[in-house]
Amino acid sequence: MADLLRLENVSKAYTGGLTGGRSTIALRNFSMTLKEDEPTILTVAGESGSGKTTLAMLLLGFISPSAGQIIYRGKNVASLQGKERLAYRREVQAVFQDPFAVFNPFYTVDHLLSVPIKNFKLAKSKADARDKMEGALTAVGLRPEDILGRFPHQLSGGQRQRINVARALLLKPRLLIADEPVSMVDASLRATILETLRNLQRDHGVSIIYITHDLTTAYHIAKSIVVLYRGAVMEAGDVDAVIKDPQHPYTQLLVDSIPWPNLDQRWGAQPIKVREAGGGGEGCRFRSRCPVAMDICATDPPLYRLGDSHTASCFRYDRQPLVARENLSELLPA
Amino acid sequence: MNYSNLSVAPTARAAMPPLAAKVEPVLRVSGLEVTYYTDAGRAKALDNVTFTLNPGEKLGMVGESGSGKSTMALAMMRMIKAPGRIEGGSVVVGDTDLMSLDAEGMRKARLSKIAYIPQGAMNSLNPVMRIGAQMMDAVKSHLPRESRAAIEARCKRALQSVDLDPGVFRMHPHELSGGMKQRVCIAIGILLDPQVIIADEPTSALDVVTQRQVMETIDNVKNAINAAVILIGHDMGLMAQFVDKVAVMYAGRLVEFSTVREMFTDPRHPYARALIDSLPNLDNKGVFQGIPGLAPSLLRLPSGCAFHPRCASIMDSCRSVRPEPRVLAGGRSVTCHLYDGEG
Repeated sequence: MADLLRLENVSKAYTGGLTGGRSTIALRNFSMTLKEDEPTILTVAGESGSGKTTLAMLLLGFISPSAGQIIYRGKNVASLQGKERLAYRREVQAVFQDPFAVFNPFYTVDHLLSVPIKNFKLAKSKADARDKMEGALTAVGLRPEDILGRFPHQLSGGQRQRINVARALLLKPRLLIADEPVSMVDASLRATILETLRNLQRDHGVSIIYITHDLTTAYHIAKSIVVLYRGAVMEAGDVDAVIKDPQHPYTQLLVDSIPWPNLDQRWGAQPIKVREAGGGGEGCRFRSRCPVAMDICATDPPLYRLGDSHTASCFRYDRQPLVARENLSELLPA
Repeated sequence: MNYSNLSVAPTARAAMPPLAAKVEPVLRVSGLEVTYYTDAGRAKALDNVTFTLNPGEKLGMVGESGSGKSTMALAMMRMIKAPGRIEGGSVVVGDTDLMSLDAEGMRKARLSKIAYIPQGAMNSLNPVMRIGAQMMDAVKSHLPRESRAAIEARCKRALQSVDLDPGVFRMHPHELSGGMKQRVCIAIGILLDPQVIIADEPTSALDVVTQRQVMETIDNVKNAINAAVILIGHDMGLMAQFVDKVAVMYAGRLVEFSTVREMFTDPRHPYARALIDSLPNLDNKGVFQGIPGLAPSLLRLPSGCAFHPRCASIMDSCRSVRPEPRVLAGGRSVTCHLYDGEG
């Protein structure tokens, strides 16, 4: 079975200052595989500074990894050139967080949709281009006659975000990187956009990497989840297992802090330790905030296998069998 | 300022005041109307909004974008800018009617009687000024006679009350994380012990853990100065965890005002019901139930009830007759023809 995308021990460090004295490791030894013929939705969750967006930038090829490699359909992304690079650009698409910032206010929506058609020479004629645009808009549940010819300020946030999804869909991508696609739209519209994404995966065979800090939506849309904290994997596995029965103290804190719309399910009483500034050095990244930190946590915890599709990187589970970091994806159901 | 009771557990709910003494509401908003005069026509952004709030109470104000939530906050602060205009109504804080104050009186009332934490507050700090200088500016303009040392002490107490290190006083905004900046803005908001604090989506850009921290901070300072809090947002989950009362806005009108328990167990207005039904929880995995249709444009409101084109329980009268707010048993208020026979 061919791999669509394979990340092999990818790390990304940002060095700061002219002398390059201080470096921040935004992503550490991250491995992951997406299969070509099993489109899935994978959530990458974590708070600000956990490396989620760095991962998105790496996957989109905007930045290159400091170590390790990203393999897309058998080819290293960093060395793609010419036609192959163009194909990669077309097949890996993105939907970003802010539906207000990605539109140029001087152009109508048609412009946003026709530029990719032109650049990738998707249409033979104007009428063909128009058909393609209408098809993509219909696929995300918009009425083309309401949308085409309009300016962005005439559209609501939910409509704009769906246009972004439509733009990505136009290019028939294999992989969609959705970086916080619903965090800036109204709660009543979130459902519609999430449903659009899920239909994309189900009906068009697009794999989606859903990047978010919102575990509620992650739970509803994704099959599997990877929880990051300061660039390291804390816990991963089947989304049901991880969110209903979190094992890592960090995931427990996250799940405990979800404001469920339920009066009988109160915000947890677990006190929050303030996060320290700086790079964190060696050992478990969550150590300084962990309520159950032990001496051994000063060394890097490996991944322990907690079940068929559940793993956590915490020494509390050191009786469980180890999982090699490269094999993380085996525990993520597709 | 008395922050001595800050040590209470953050999640402990505020004890109800003894029932014997009748509590006087600290905030009375009545008949508030705001209109924006745009080139395309008149848009009534707030239409006859009336409610009261007691000291120590937390009100959540929810609604879609464009429903008038932020206009509500700005109108209460009298910060509506042209082409908008406050066309009527009163906002009484304690015993002062803010609408009758002159410009200087209103400037003094802001921050000392009613404080506003704007949306994206962390971007409202001046990047080239130290936090301390920005805080002291605010106090100085209200209390010109106070000594520098006293002002500084007041600012540091405020920082402490939001769980920030007093060292933050000497820092610049770029040295702080998003959650810390947000807490600085809360600290600025409570510098002068206001009676009403309005927080406009204070946590929408923060992750869940930081969000919980910020909300607990607001809760603690509210308890310390017994202020009323208005939380504006669209996250019903956050509302369930934080507020005592919920006000649902739709197209500039208050369509339902009830306690948080009534709202979550028995929402009355069809829009409120749809909002509650669209909420995700752990039991209905993969079910996405949005509210069909789009929020109406304020320039072209539907006739009768503005919600009727999207309403699941529409009746004939909804198309032509505009419903008026009706107080039902228990004190909740609903603006819907379904309850015409009640209350």
